[in-house]
Amino acid sequence: MIRKSIEFVLVFVCFLLQCTLFKFISLGGIAPNLLIILTSAFGFMKGRTEGMFVGFFSGLMVDVLFGNGIIGLYTLIYTYIGFFNGMFNRMFFPDDVRLPILLITFSDLIYCFVVYVLTFLLRSRFDFGYYVLHIIIPEAVYTIFITILFYRLLLKIETSLERHGFE
Amino acid sequence: MESLKCRSGSVKKRWFTMARVKLKRKKFVLPSRYILAIITFFCIAMMLLTFFTDAVSAPLSGIAAYTVVPFERGFDSIGSKFTARMNDFKNLKEVLDKNEALQNRVNELSQLNSQLTRDRYELEELREFYGLSDQLSDYETVGARVIGKDPGNWFSVFVIDKGSRDGLAVNMNVITGSGLVGIITEVGTNWASVRSIIDDSSNVSAMVLNTEDSVVVNGDLKLIANGDIRFEHLLDEDDKVVKGDQIVTSNISDKFLPGINIGYISSIDKDPNNLTKSGTLTPGVDFKHINTVLVIKELKAGKTD
Repeated sequence: MIRKSIEFVLVFVCFLLQCTLFKFISLGGIAPNLLIILTSAFGFMKGRTEGMFVGFFSGLMVDVLFGNGIIGLYTLIYTYIGFFNGMFNRMFFPDDVRLPILLITFSDLIYCFVVYVLTFLLRSRFDFGYYVLHIIIPEAVYTIFITILFYRLLLKIETSLERHGFE
Repeated sequence: MESLKCRSGSVKKRWFTMARVKLKRKKFVLPSRYILAIITFFCIAMMLLTFFTDAVSAPLSGIAAYTVVPFERGFDSIGSKFTARMNDFKNLKEVLDKNEALQNRVNELSQLNSQLTRDRYELEELREFYGLSDQLSDYETVGARVIGKDPGNWFSVFVIDKGSRDGLAVNMNVITGSGLVGIITEVGTNWASVRSIIDDSSNVSAMVLNTEDSVVVNGDLKLIANGDIRFEHLLDEDDKVVKGDQIVTSNISDKFLPGINIGYISSIDKDPNNLTKSGTLTPGVDFKHINTVLVIKELKAGKTD
């Protein structure tokens, strides 16, 4: 229960940062995606269930405030990202930083692709190449950069949670 | 091979019994596959429900009003103070130069203003004379602060710190002193989210001010970097509309009040169909630096004229 509450608080704080302070650090209108980092990290650090939990609440927050009247779309995307990252839990070792960066990058790319298909392609915006070059790649690169800084902190939180025996 | 299979079978069996023993000791945990399936059904049901009704979104936005929004306000004020402090040092010289230029402009404008005031009296008089109602009369507005931005990079939606408590409702127009900003899409008790007109999914029915030809102003993500908006479906057979013409919201729009400035045409081209024209316009509002906005507390649908 304590673990879940701490995870919930983390989602809450990341969402707030994403909506407020990140617009001040955005470069050329592109901001990194903190919620993907969080969802993905808890997925591979702790497993599918935990990834889904974090993803579910991340998506729900986005949906309620920015869902344009439809609740459930982002919740679904984030939940699936948490789930699929959880599959790599067995390959995860805390010392190795390559797998986390790889997974978070892929998660962000897939997230962007899904958002493009569901919210842009379906409104017949076909210029996929443009969106890859100007939105998806910059966001992924910036997200990797933030991951390098942010991942250590998440790992520390996770290990201290584990040390105190919160399941 | 046979023995290996047999062996693996027995191992499996042993594992199963172990698992069963373990299950008895530990409390039952639902496998993540099933949780995923449940969440999937839940989300799809919610999507359908929220798409067709408002039953679910009202309580959820109520929760958001008391959890997320107060924090957003706090964070935002920290952020703006920080950037304001940064800019203080950077811009002092720039501001001094600008001040001088603006002072000259003030002189120019005050002269122009007195002239316009005179004209306005005359206009009012003439309107009264002809019995025309003042369509562009001052709407009742309420000021609001921008406290949060859409977390993704795809859309241009932002959250303001006024909501239904202050009399705001969905489809109210949001402006600044220099023109149209967007429209309210969701409202909570103390917050509202606004879709700006540069958003890719935004469509505004507008018209060219001096020829009254109607156009549709579409937001386009590709043009956001240049700060432009696209306009389409301009029927201009006599080529009267030129670069620099002002575009305002049209009388026939069902959501936007008439006569609000949108921007000025920056480029205009003939469409491949040879009938209509389209192009880009430079909005009057600087969408990169919006901190405070005005919400017009009047709905187009409620207007009776």
